[in-house]
Amino acid sequence: MRVDVLNPEQQKIDNAQDSDTRQRMDIVIIGHVDHGKSTIVGRLLADTNSLPNGKLEQVKQLCERNSKPFEYAFLIDALKDEQSQGITIDAARVFFKTHSRDYIIIDAPGHIEFLKNMVTGASRAEAALLVIDADEGIQENSKRHGYLTSMLGIKQIAVLVNKMDRIDYNQDIFNKIVKDYSEFLNNIDVNPHCFIPVSGLVGDNIVEISNKIPWYKSDTVLNTLDQFKKEELPINKPFRMSVQDVYKFTKYNDNRRIIAGSIETGSINVGDEVIFCPSGKKSKVKAIEMFNCPEQTKVSAGQATGFTLEEQIYITRGELMTKIGEVQPSLSSTIKVNLFWLGKKPMVKNKEYLFKIGTSRIKARLEEITRIIDASSLNTTADKDFIDRHDVAECIFKLNKPFGFDLKEHITITSRFVIVDDYEICGGGLVRETLQDKESWMQNKVFIRNYKWEKGNISAKDRADKYKQDPTLLLITGNNNLNRKKLAKKLEEILFNDNKPVYFLGMSNLLYGLDADIKDGDKNREEHIRRLAETVNILIDAGILTIVTASELTEDDIKLIKTSLDAHKIKIVWVGDKITTDIDYDLKVDQTGNIDQDSAKVYEYLRSENIFH
Amino acid sequence: MDYLDQLENKSIHILREAYANFKNMCMLWSIGKDSTVLLYLARKAFLGHVPFPLVHIDTAYKIPEMIEYRDKIAADWDVNIIYGQNEEALASKQTFPDGNVDRIACCKLLKTKALNDTLSGNGKRYIFNHDKKAYEPDKNKEPYTGVIVGVRSDEEGSRSKERYFSPRNQENEWELGDQPPEFWNQFKTDFAPGTHLRIHPLLDWTELNIWEYIKRENIPVVSLYFDNGERKRYRSLGCYPCTYSVESNARNVDDIIYELKSGKFANIAERSGRAQDKDDGGGLETLRKDGYM
Repeated sequence: MRVDVLNPEQQKIDNAQDSDTRQRMDIVIIGHVDHGKSTIVGRLLADTNSLPNGKLEQVKQLCERNSKPFEYAFLIDALKDEQSQGITIDAARVFFKTHSRDYIIIDAPGHIEFLKNMVTGASRAEAALLVIDADEGIQENSKRHGYLTSMLGIKQIAVLVNKMDRIDYNQDIFNKIVKDYSEFLNNIDVNPHCFIPVSGLVGDNIVEISNKIPWYKSDTVLNTLDQFKKEELPINKPFRMSVQDVYKFTKYNDNRRIIAGSIETGSINVGDEVIFCPSGKKSKVKAIEMFNCPEQTKVSAGQATGFTLEEQIYITRGELMTKIGEVQPSLSSTIKVNLFWLGKKPMVKNKEYLFKIGTSRIKARLEEITRIIDASSLNTTADKDFIDRHDVAECIFKLNKPFGFDLKEHITITSRFVIVDDYEICGGGLVRETLQDKESWMQNKVFIRNYKWEKGNISAKDRADKYKQDPTLLLITGNNNLNRKKLAKKLEEILFNDNKPVYFLGMSNLLYGLDADIKDGDKNREEHIRRLAETVNILIDAGILTIVTASELTEDDIKLIKTSLDAHKIKIVWVGDKITTDIDYDLKVDQTGNIDQDSAKVYEYLRSENIFH
Repeated sequence: MDYLDQLENKSIHILREAYANFKNMCMLWSIGKDSTVLLYLARKAFLGHVPFPLVHIDTAYKIPEMIEYRDKIAADWDVNIIYGQNEEALASKQTFPDGNVDRIACCKLLKTKALNDTLSGNGKRYIFNHDKKAYEPDKNKEPYTGVIVGVRSDEEGSRSKERYFSPRNQENEWELGDQPPEFWNQFKTDFAPGTHLRIHPLLDWTELNIWEYIKRENIPVVSLYFDNGERKRYRSLGCYPCTYSVESNARNVDDIIYELKSGKFANIAERSGRAQDKDDGGGLETLRKDGYM
């Protein structure tokens, strides 16, 4: 065994406070390529004595040996190389501290090719330093980075007008940049914290106020950093949690059914009534579930947590959990959004993309482009029918099904989404507006129905236990009218004789009864389907296995029915040997002509699905 | 909410995202402090359960206390543990301690190759039988497509470039230059057949954070990390021929935290006692591109 001997004169650094009590802030430094980001960071480290002992001298000597002028940017490169020696620097992140807090400076690449890395880096930051070369002026990425920073949600931005030494500290040039860039930022609703004339090379106004810029009397870069406010956790907003998973681990006789997720906004207490969006199912928080933690009665934004509920309801990953009595999220499948696109291939219409918001994943199509903003110039075009790499667009999406979210104006966090194309995250954006469509219309009605649903003292589980079956809608469809109804009625008979609560619901019973007020039947197909689904919903709630027949149902019809009923409570049987629609059925029964044989097949299927206890 | 809470919550969120998105998932457990914190975080994320197997690569040169500790924790916490080994290289003595290959080649054979074969199911896997308290050959040969790893971005150069969800191709290679974007807690969870993912829930943690968390949560760690009377301890654990202890009087977690914060290790790299880092030009990048953790 070898023992490494350490140098006893290792420098000690001032770190009086615990790292878990000291405040920490992530700052991103952005701007066009070669505008001097690394030089500024190098200066900041050197002038605050944040560098390891001897580092500055070492780099200076190295430059001398190679006959090249020393640059502060070399320090950053040297530190990156040295990271393997363990100094707290990394390729993207530079650590340093002031009296008030610890900083991590994320050095975002300025080259357009690395925009996705810039987005990755910047999205972690709470504030941004945006660097503009005084000599070169505002460039493409000065604007693009400004725009993306605001879309990513960074509210605090300080603009550093760098290389002032190159323009002889000319106040007019500085003022012109301030004026032009302010106009640009105001156009995108960004108010910069300040503009600072600096020189990373010379060190003007980085840590010390410079006497070469007598006309500037305000803060240095270092002071400005310390003035940035720590963003507070959004605990005062309405409660939102995207369901990550529902856990049921049976080991050690653990019977808990835990709804897990990270709280985005707001807070919640044991006993609070909750509702899930889009299903509209509601329950009450029974307990907050954590491991190795003292019992808690309240959790809030930022916490990764879990809940058990008073009443067992069937929900899955992707639903948005909210609190009854607070502002509810929007529910829609047609949305207007602001979007930035990073994909190698342009975003086009008539193509299926994957839309991820919170923990839900929905198929989506680009329906319409309202305008494309050239992020570099802020010129807008309306007549482009695709979205190019690095474009920012305002457009309309049609989603495969309605989902719950907030609008950017209300709760920004839950308005954020990303788009996946060809397995890659290719864009991100914010929902600005909801637009009406038929699924959203129905989903909203269902949401309110569930919200207002009055329960008796007997729960769904009580009924299921007593009747020894999971109430189910058996939907018999297909291309032969005669066999379907005969089959349905036969099945009802068999199940009834087997003491199962079962009911055959004839479609005409609805059409000429409940639906009698619907005048123009063909144009109101959705309303017919809605009423059918609502009627079945009541029968199922009563614990009854309900059999319905309908000719040639399509996947669209099923989608509408599923808006109202849980997908796992629906079983679809297709009768006939030819499939004539796009339906996704559970069981196919060919016409054998023998009704006993056919009904036995369906009965056997229901048994194999464990519908009967 | 303090900074350790923030780190903990983010790691739990990542673990839960991984579990929700991948079917054949495992977690690498090196027995070291980082992956033990990771294991503990998994128990937090899944409310006392660890719903995927732990995979340990046994180079046969691990310090014996490490293996003892591994089997004790596995039994105490009732976790499903599997180990794999490059039996061929060991049998033919293609190792650095045998004097037949250099350090880097030895790492490649005993760690990288063993790992890749264990993950793919091409190599033999041994699974811990909790009733018999012994390992037996694992019948499951299915490849693991999601692998949770406890690397931290402050460890060394190449790890700082990692994403939380990092795709690898079939040969486990890592394309450093073209990594997926990650923002707003959205990660790469979709991938083409044939690729698989490394998941890194501890990326934002530092060595100090790890020890502070071990203290706060009272997590048991292997005693090699402490000075047990010989005025030296291990700061980072690996194979004994290539891992050196450091001079230190730190007898407990508090002493270590002091040492890291303001004491003798405040400015010295954690992996300074790992010889293979130096042989790899200091960056570990060559090793990691091939699938080294």
